[in-house]
Amino acid sequence: MTIDWGIILKSMPLLGHGVVVTLQVSALASVLGLALGVALGLCSLSHSRPLRWIVAGYVDFIRGTPLLIQIFLVFFALPALGIRFDEFWAGVVALSLNSAAFVAEVVRGGVGSIERGQSEAATAVGMRHRQILVYILLPQAYRQMVPPLTNELISLVKNSSLLSVISVYELTRAGQAIISVHFVPFEIYTLLALYYYVLIKVLSWLSGRLEQRLPTW
Amino acid sequence: MVTPVIQVQDLNKSFGDNSVLRSVSMDVATGETVVIIGASGSGKTTFLRCLNRLEEPSAGIVRLDGNPVVNSGSEKQIADQRSQFGFVFQRFNLFPHFSALDNVAIGPEKVRGMSKSDARALAGAELKRVHMSDHAMKRPVQLSGGQQQRVAIARALAMKPRVMLFDEPTSALDPELVQEVLDVMKELANGGMTMVVVTHEMNFAREVADRVIYMENGRIAEEGPPEILFRKPKSPGAQRFLRHLTHE
Repeated sequence: MTIDWGIILKSMPLLGHGVVVTLQVSALASVLGLALGVALGLCSLSHSRPLRWIVAGYVDFIRGTPLLIQIFLVFFALPALGIRFDEFWAGVVALSLNSAAFVAEVVRGGVGSIERGQSEAATAVGMRHRQILVYILLPQAYRQMVPPLTNELISLVKNSSLLSVISVYELTRAGQAIISVHFVPFEIYTLLALYYYVLIKVLSWLSGRLEQRLPTW
Repeated sequence: MVTPVIQVQDLNKSFGDNSVLRSVSMDVATGETVVIIGASGSGKTTFLRCLNRLEEPSAGIVRLDGNPVVNSGSEKQIADQRSQFGFVFQRFNLFPHFSALDNVAIGPEKVRGMSKSDARALAGAELKRVHMSDHAMKRPVQLSGGQQQRVAIARALAMKPRVMLFDEPTSALDPELVQEVLDVMKELANGGMTMVVVTHEMNFAREVADRVIYMENGRIAEEGPPEILFRKPKSPGAQRFLRHLTHE
């Protein structure tokens, strides 16, 4: 087979726009997912049993269903309930909701791994459960939460390619558009793989840097 | 009659089938220093942890200033009551992400609702009391074990507790660091603090204790002033335990 180098050169800047959208979606979804995930994680550590059940049920649902179905639910099913987003925001919301469940588990695990003596000492001083979580346990858990959160961020960026099915014009969708006009699947899908690979490499590197800069005790 | 600071009545604690405390009763008077000795597994630590409800007793009553220490009511009430007991752990359990000063200040600030600057001023005074003023801005990891334990004592003192509970406070320390912690505890006792101390430091018990309690199998087997209990223990268990210690 012959490789169409001309189309590769022509596509590279076209895909650039897709990269920007992928980064936008991923950035928004990771911030929202992180915020919601931390909140859910703290709820799962609370003393309130109903709250813990709600979070456990949510996490169970997200883990037990394909992300593609979750995306369809947000984009096609929520409008039936009167909640309507455009493609872009539907994508952001679906990825955030998905990511939050995994972040919640990371928070729960990270806080749970802090030595028992820490919460006992804070309890003995008279601190309440919520204060202990916020001031004592969570700050100590940050560092060890970075690697699993990085994994989650990497999944999120890769999963954002699924948003092509609801026509969010991110990297994958941009590539598909070129393929449908020029019929060059080998060149473009290879190129897409390279683009994602480089994105993920940069993220991993940044996360490694961040981890080094966080204090050890 | 003056109400004892602590009154313990028929305290029982079991973990599953394992009965750790069996009907322990005792009073601690204001300003008194009580030292609890006994072999490991005799229930000393569990007894101490049941006093401030780090461990929930299976049965029995603990009273602080005549009021039952309960586990019902709002979380704030329970926490407030618990903060009346200062607790010093064997392994210090300082908060590694705070400076020594903030380790001491966090309680007054978050539990007593003091302003940050007032809490820090109080923390500074408490650190001075344990001779740690020069290390106020250091993190626990930068301190020796003895210094960490003194910060932990200051952290408990900052809550202005009615009684201080010490759970083997020198057992995790290198031998050369034990004395500095015992000295601080002795100063506290001499200053009129009510203290219950679980320890293996018999010299400390002899010098500082008003009363020594020997525990065995979850019961108080013998108690009395140190000069009597150490010289002429009555129970065979205490005799064996003390003989074993002096032979070490």
